[in-house]
Amino acid sequence: MFKRSEQDKRPPVQIFVDGVAIAARQGDTVSAALLASSCDARRSTAVSGAPRLPYCMMGVCFDCLVTIDGVGNRQGCLVPVAEGMQVEIQKGKREIGK
Amino acid sequence: MTVAPKREDYDVVVIGAGPAGLAAAAISAEAGLSTLLLDENVGPGGQVFRAISSTPVTDRNQLGADYWVGADLVQSLRASSAEVIHRATVWSLDRNLDIAVSVGGASAFVKAKRVILATGALERPFPIPGWTLPGVMTAGAAQTMLKSSALVPDGRTVIAGQGPLLWLLAAQILRLGGRIDRILDTTERGNYIAALPHAFAFLTSPYFAKGLSMMREVKAKVQVVSGVTELAAAGDLQLANVSYVASGKRETIPADLLLLHQGVVPNVNLAMAAGVEHHWDELQLCWSPVLDASGNSSVAGIAIAGDGAGIGGANAAIVRGRIAARAAVEALAPAAVAKLASMATLRADLAKAERGRVFLDTLFRPAPQFRIPSGDTIVCRCEEVTAKDVLDSVAIGATGPNQLKAYRRTGMGPCQGRLCGLTVTELMAQARAKTPQEIGYYRLRAPVKPITLAELAAVPKSEADVKAVVRG
Repeated sequence: MFKRSEQDKRPPVQIFVDGVAIAARQGDTVSAALLASSCDARRSTAVSGAPRLPYCMMGVCFDCLVTIDGVGNRQGCLVPVAEGMQVEIQKGKREIGK
Repeated sequence: MTVAPKREDYDVVVIGAGPAGLAAAAISAEAGLSTLLLDENVGPGGQVFRAISSTPVTDRNQLGADYWVGADLVQSLRASSAEVIHRATVWSLDRNLDIAVSVGGASAFVKAKRVILATGALERPFPIPGWTLPGVMTAGAAQTMLKSSALVPDGRTVIAGQGPLLWLLAAQILRLGGRIDRILDTTERGNYIAALPHAFAFLTSPYFAKGLSMMREVKAKVQVVSGVTELAAAGDLQLANVSYVASGKRETIPADLLLLHQGVVPNVNLAMAAGVEHHWDELQLCWSPVLDASGNSSVAGIAIAGDGAGIGGANAAIVRGRIAARAAVEALAPAAVAKLASMATLRADLAKAERGRVFLDTLFRPAPQFRIPSGDTIVCRCEEVTAKDVLDSVAIGATGPNQLKAYRRTGMGPCQGRLCGLTVTELMAQARAKTPQEIGYYRLRAPVKPITLAELAAVPKSEADVKAVVRG
């Protein structure tokens, strides 16, 4: 859906999405890194299970919710990637303890 | 810079580091006031100057000269003594000017003598059939990715809607080598006539030449369809195609990405939660705070600057930030005022920056069918409530947005009404033959952004606080 411009010379950062390594760049938000990768980043909603991807990328729509390093319902569009970060795509309702 | 505030009390706390907030914080700090700037993003710039200090887009022509203005604002801020905290989410502001802010998973509390809210704007909801499908995003979302990560659309891309941002985004995508298959212009034909009386001010504003050259640049490379009166996204679990009606003819085109935009509206959540009075703006079709000429709101000590004060664009936002900061200096450190630009000068700057705005507002006033959906179209994305659900609730007695919560949970999901509030107000107003002003808006309360229960539980408590809730 999106590709990186060749002029982007930022250093690479590796994150893991459901355990699979993804190449991000320093300064990417989690949501931008997901959309730039080829992984299926669609979460499913808590209400009906409908698939969603980020909509606004500026912190207002909450369609980018992901679990980051074990903490659920983080706004992926507001969190910058960090080396080794563990991201989980949320499916349905949140589980207790996450 | 994700450290807690250094002090508990500040003369001025500015919330939001976009054009208005950057300008306000720099002036306030330069005048000697202890100043704290809190911002939710990773770096300064807000949305319009997004990633101004870190963008990988190094060719300055690609983002345009208007973008790089932000770099000067950041430089002035950094040269000042203002304390700046990014990734700081303000989740409460009240009438006593007590502020709760979440930084790095813990909450801090600060008190201000004056608060300048510069929380800016967000894109107007664009509730068309299929707008929740993966592959449908706002134009602003694409622009955010372009500025902060040099990402451009790659698959079959359709941009739909109206307004200056749409053309700017299209030009930027093309300059960076991205793909746009078609632009669907939803500007109502009647708007051209309605806007005509305001054309002189616009023609003599800087918007005119810039806008025209950008539209030419885009139209030379992309097929533009104007007069679009219907729009829908469709697909199974993912966007597959976009269908539209233009000049009475329906067409369906395959698409991987649909970018929607029909203008921006003030981001009112924090201001409303603080009790600031708002009114329905009939021209801009949104809620705007009631402010005096210096940006002071109905709550003593809270001023609002930038697009959160009513949409005026980046240049107006910068001046409004300066005006609000000058007013704060006048109130708290009158001796320092002599060094600042006079109010008369600033107000003249503002008039200049706002020149042509009425023309733009009138021309790009979104059409009713793109604001007030029907049938199965989702209104509330979080709780997945359709237009029909809302109308059914009205039929059995829901009178306004707050009653509707009890019927349908609209506005009670994580976005707290940001993506459905305007639609719900207008939809209910139409159904009940009332004005949006009469129908009103959601009652907003802290926390205005979700925080974890653990963070709330860790908030320092006095003995009196505990006594107030513990029995026996």
